[in-house]
Amino acid sequence: MIHFNKFTLSNGLRVIVHEDNTTPMAVVNVLYDVGARDENPAQTGFAHLFEHLMFGGSVNIPEYDEPLQMAGGENNAYTTNDLTNYYIELPAENLETAFWLESDRMLSLAFSEKSLDVQRKVVCEEFKEHYINKPYGDVWHKMRELAYRSHPYRWMTIGKELSHIEDARLDDVKAFFFRHYRPVNAILSVAGKVTTAQVKALAEKWFGDIPAGEKYLRNLPVEPAQTESHLLEVSSKVPLDALYKTYHIYPRQDQRYYTADLISDILSGGGSSRLHQVLVKEKKLFSNIDCSHFGSLDAGLLSIEGKLIKGVKMKDAEKGIQEELDKLQQEVISERELQKVKNRVESMLAFEDMGLLNRANNLAYYELMGDAAFMNREFEHYERVTTADIHNEAQIIFSEKNSNTIHYYAGN
Amino acid sequence: MINRRQAPAIKDAVEFELLLKPYELFTLDNGIPVYVIRSAEQETLQLELVFPAGSWFETESLVATATNFLMKNGSSQHSALEINEMTEYYGAYLNRNAFHENATFTLHCLTKHAAALLPVLQEVILDPVFPEEELGIYTQNMKQKLAVNLQKCEFVANRHIDKYLFGEFHPYGRVSSMEAYDALQAESLRAFYKHHYTYNNCKIFLAGNLPDDIIPLLNKYFGSTQWNGENTLLRPELPILPAEEKKYRIFNDENGVQGAVRIARPFPNRYHPDFSKMLVLNTIFGGYFGSRLMSNIREEKGYTYGINSQLYNFRQASAINIHTEAGRDVCEATVAEVYKELELLQQEIIPEEELSLVRNFMIGSILGDLDGAFQVIQRWKNLILNDLDENYFYNNIRTIKTITAEELQQLAKQYYNREDFYELIVI
Repeated sequence: MIHFNKFTLSNGLRVIVHEDNTTPMAVVNVLYDVGARDENPAQTGFAHLFEHLMFGGSVNIPEYDEPLQMAGGENNAYTTNDLTNYYIELPAENLETAFWLESDRMLSLAFSEKSLDVQRKVVCEEFKEHYINKPYGDVWHKMRELAYRSHPYRWMTIGKELSHIEDARLDDVKAFFFRHYRPVNAILSVAGKVTTAQVKALAEKWFGDIPAGEKYLRNLPVEPAQTESHLLEVSSKVPLDALYKTYHIYPRQDQRYYTADLISDILSGGGSSRLHQVLVKEKKLFSNIDCSHFGSLDAGLLSIEGKLIKGVKMKDAEKGIQEELDKLQQEVISERELQKVKNRVESMLAFEDMGLLNRANNLAYYELMGDAAFMNREFEHYERVTTADIHNEAQIIFSEKNSNTIHYYAGN
Repeated sequence: MINRRQAPAIKDAVEFELLLKPYELFTLDNGIPVYVIRSAEQETLQLELVFPAGSWFETESLVATATNFLMKNGSSQHSALEINEMTEYYGAYLNRNAFHENATFTLHCLTKHAAALLPVLQEVILDPVFPEEELGIYTQNMKQKLAVNLQKCEFVANRHIDKYLFGEFHPYGRVSSMEAYDALQAESLRAFYKHHYTYNNCKIFLAGNLPDDIIPLLNKYFGSTQWNGENTLLRPELPILPAEEKKYRIFNDENGVQGAVRIARPFPNRYHPDFSKMLVLNTIFGGYFGSRLMSNIREEKGYTYGINSQLYNFRQASAINIHTEAGRDVCEATVAEVYKELELLQQEIIPEEELSLVRNFMIGSILGDLDGAFQVIQRWKNLILNDLDENYFYNNIRTIKTITAEELQQLAKQYYNREDFYELIVI
């Protein structure tokens, strides 16, 4: 059970406080309700590029990192398809430094041409490092485009292509900032050796006078239900054939999301999971195989991916996977197997809650979904899932017409 | 109206009192030491068994890693699948790792399940059988993984730079190969296991919220017999044969859009008085986001997504290794800038402002690292396994707080000479 207090400033900034006296540290986490899904299809990668620019100095503070390091603090940020999150961890005595820094960059950035110029290059190198200069690095670009036809999940956070990043202009940056980076679109969560009264006073002092901004109303294209299977064959200079399959699942707050999550654990959560045991150990079709899902707020994808043992034919590998999916569709799993994956989730949630940073991140994330208190009820959703739910959902999720497949061949 | 240009007052991190919480020490009936840090806040625990069974001790390549990995894949009582079932049913994670010096088994679980999991852990440690079938699968899969990794410039660069620094016959410089995987024999793994995973070589590190009867339980499963007998392991220093040639350019992928840059030199190990001083100089140079390398090569020039300098924590000998992946066209320029920054630290004294920032940053970061029982036991483990005690920790803190800019310049003059560095670009 994670305890917290919650209040809202008059400019709409939502504030969550989690007091933990056992640590000497404090975490200040600012979540902005904007991610890659909110980008213009002709300017993808912008939310993430923007995250880099948030470190290029703000209106009153030329250097973001230096004063924080001087206060013994560290920071970082991440952008997903759904949101952008910034966090600072520092000795609790120096808490106010974090408020000073975060509030100034919410007030306004410095918008320097130099910073934009450099960060464009840095992000291009990040793009190359992770998605071009790596074997199989392009596969998720291709898979998203194969699986999504309308919804902006069809591009990755890093962006669809290098040129979108290279073409970013300072005017776009300004417009993006004032549309999304306003108090009314943000959540501040503070955790650690702090008191609610102290955080209230600091929040009022530093964030209270920032203009509220306009609430961003998200109106994304809806992905129509997929009516036929999609297949893409790729040949690239990689050493091994690989197989990727995805299936549309449910939005984060749909009860069926939890069923899909447990299905992915049944298939590949650990050494005793079905795909690993049958396809890697018994049939020796794959050298590794994993099932996971996006965990995204809008309806995401459940994926199965594996590298084929040299000499195994693609159709045999695919048949191996299909047989395991058929089994889930035909036979109801045992209560014990369901209990196993529920125990796994219970344990994972407990370990996640150990870190102060995770608790601060998660409180903001659940608040974004509607209420930070959801964090304490997360496991109930899993407990509710029955063997019949797994059986029903396996039939729906793994229906042929809901599938997207990439055959990734080792070529030249 | 607040003045946003005025930074709030801070407490200087050098004023922080850093305390390494002492451990409790228990000794099992057979003499195995159990180091314990308790915390009551969460319902979780971490139990780690450590053996001197890293690659240092192997006489055939990859045997240490393969032994460690396959201990979990079958006992005389249960198959790999059954062992996995028994741990995963309780939502537990049983991880194993082999490093240069040590090999470990780490159990993470909810406190309420600890008693049910210890018998499984006992089986893995005391009764592995190394089935041929499992070895075959392991070899096959590791070779496939290696084939994929060999296409990555950073993987290839890491292998080469360690080879230059230590020589390919030293455990620090030896690399995996298809041939070495093919040569693995179950018999060698069994022999390696018998010699190294013995009761008298075992140390246990335990942290978190512990069941009241944890020590009797550990005694029951690990403390009651002299399992695998007594074996005193010798750990002779091994000859290091660094490469003669200093400069290398390798083309691994003709279409590569980035190159992996490595610039490295040998450095004395942690027992040398310069080691803790170098931790500070290295942080300034390339050990944090605001470092000289990051400020110049990422934040000023945009050549890379990230560049770091690391100090190896190996036992016999350390090294300074500057590493980055940079755009193909700017690799040579990156190398030139690295040398420029090295020389700058030799020629110019570090400004007091920058030094004090780094002191604060380092102390703040250690304060954060000491947060939580799992982190504290990790610190202790590193000290204990290197035959050190808390004085080493407190001496390091003192160095961070008191080292002068003059001492750092002296250190740079001694260790930052470009002719001492190996230089490698892999595209």
